[in-house]
Amino acid sequence: MQQQPSQPDTKEPAAAASGDSIPVVPLRHPVRLVLAVVLILVALSAAWDVAVNERYRWDVVVSYLFAPQIIAGAGLTIVLTVVSMTVGIALGTLLAIMRLSDNPILSTISRGYIWFFRGTPLLVQLIFWYNIAALYPVIAFGLPFGGPSLVLGSANVLISPLGAALLGLSLNEAAYMAEIIRGGIGSVDKGQYDAARALGMSGGKLMKRVILPQAMRVVLPPTGNQVISMLKGTSLVSVLAISDLLYSAQIIYANNYQTIPLLIVASLWYLLMTTVLSFFQNKLERRYGRGFDSAPRRTRKPKTRTA
Amino acid sequence: MTTAMVEARGVRKNFGVIEILKGIDLRVEKGSVTCLIGPSGSGKTTFLRCINHLEKVDAGRLYVDEHLVGYTERNGKLYEMKERQTARSRLNAGMVFQRFNLFPHMTVLENIVEAPVHVLGRPRREVVVEAQVLLDRVGLGNRGHSYPQELSGGQQQRIAIARALAMKPKLMLFDEPTSALDPELVGEVLDVMKSLAEAGMTMVVVTHELGFARQVADQVVFMDGGVVVESGPPEQVLGSPRHERTKAFLSKVL
Repeated sequence: MQQQPSQPDTKEPAAAASGDSIPVVPLRHPVRLVLAVVLILVALSAAWDVAVNERYRWDVVVSYLFAPQIIAGAGLTIVLTVVSMTVGIALGTLLAIMRLSDNPILSTISRGYIWFFRGTPLLVQLIFWYNIAALYPVIAFGLPFGGPSLVLGSANVLISPLGAALLGLSLNEAAYMAEIIRGGIGSVDKGQYDAARALGMSGGKLMKRVILPQAMRVVLPPTGNQVISMLKGTSLVSVLAISDLLYSAQIIYANNYQTIPLLIVASLWYLLMTTVLSFFQNKLERRYGRGFDSAPRRTRKPKTRTA
Repeated sequence: MTTAMVEARGVRKNFGVIEILKGIDLRVEKGSVTCLIGPSGSGKTTFLRCINHLEKVDAGRLYVDEHLVGYTERNGKLYEMKERQTARSRLNAGMVFQRFNLFPHMTVLENIVEAPVHVLGRPRREVVVEAQVLLDRVGLGNRGHSYPQELSGGQQQRIAIARALAMKPKLMLFDEPTSALDPELVGEVLDVMKSLAEAGMTMVVVTHELGFARQVADQVVFMDGGVVVESGPPEQVLGSPRHERTKAFLSKVL
């Protein structure tokens, strides 16, 4: 529909470019048209069915959409996502820099960490942290090999279910983020290091001012993926009896047996949150794409249309 | 006698088992222009990178403005400098690269202002004014707010020169500054370099532009296989070379 008004625009410059006024007939795509019509019909009939099928119980969906437990659950899901991603990105950056370090011990430690936390299922890690008290009933800081130590308290008290969830999600996320950030740093041209060093930069300043901002461009799209999968991945913590969005919905349908409508409620909230996140991801990508592709792309667009 | 800006004594450099520099002796007087020429793989670029310690010198001594590069000498031993110290000592020399290496995520003006503000800690307003003067000097006064990718190669290289000059170096190092440029863009970069030489800047230039060397250089150094084969005024080295290897190289290039 929207293409129609732009079509005369694209035809005119093409004719002008050829130097005379021979009319140009664009290639037609009859099969595409038929397929599109069929698909639209299928989609419409599916939507119609969802709307009129009473077993969806849209009335229940609506009545629970803004239920206090659901809202609180959504809030906790956001908290889990924000905290785990923040810790994950910070620790991941550190691990990435360690991994790229010339010091073989640092890079091996980083490699080992990534190997372990990527190599075991997140669900297992979460349950593991939840049951950490079975391994270490008391948490204490002290000197190794039986030296004096400062007892902090019982593990069950210190690591609450929420604490276990945050630990599990953050530590797991750090391993993935480390690899993403390492890839980003590796994508920056070696000449950038030379140029920054020749201008007297070194160490942290070189990383922060020159390398990381350029790595961001490569790091952002997969990080956006990670945030979105983290948002949904937090639903795993429902096994630890933490009242996140999914668990809150589960508690309600355990009472009223309206399983499907409440799962729809939870899904709608997940969809809303991921949509908002994608919007911000887009903005950030544009911000860090400056000087790389955003500006040339803007000027190139009209050219490719006329060609 | 004038003091040397760069003095190399028996400088050696290995990459693994391959010996790139096999004992370079060279003097660059203050305010002079030295052009390093020679076939690829002769070690010219490596030597240039040694001058500001982008490559570590393995043996021999290299002085810039009478300071040993990359090492401190104490009690008859050479101690390798800490990274931060090396970074400081690099401020003596500005460097221009074959592939420009401008920071693509910053505008032209930010590229120039970056190091004076964030390395030297100078006030931004003052540096911006100087940056504008430098941009005018390289003929790009109106491009301050462009991103490097929006500029031609020649323009980018002129910005790279301005960026190096913003640090007020005593010495400028050029690593094949025109080799990555389209032929019609070479002239504009060489013109900027010529005006820089006329203003009395000490310059070491690795180049294949023999015309530029003949016109601007005070000293031409021909390197091959990691050694200096011959050096002297351009009319001597380029006009009547004494060594067979120099003659062979020049006959291929000209």
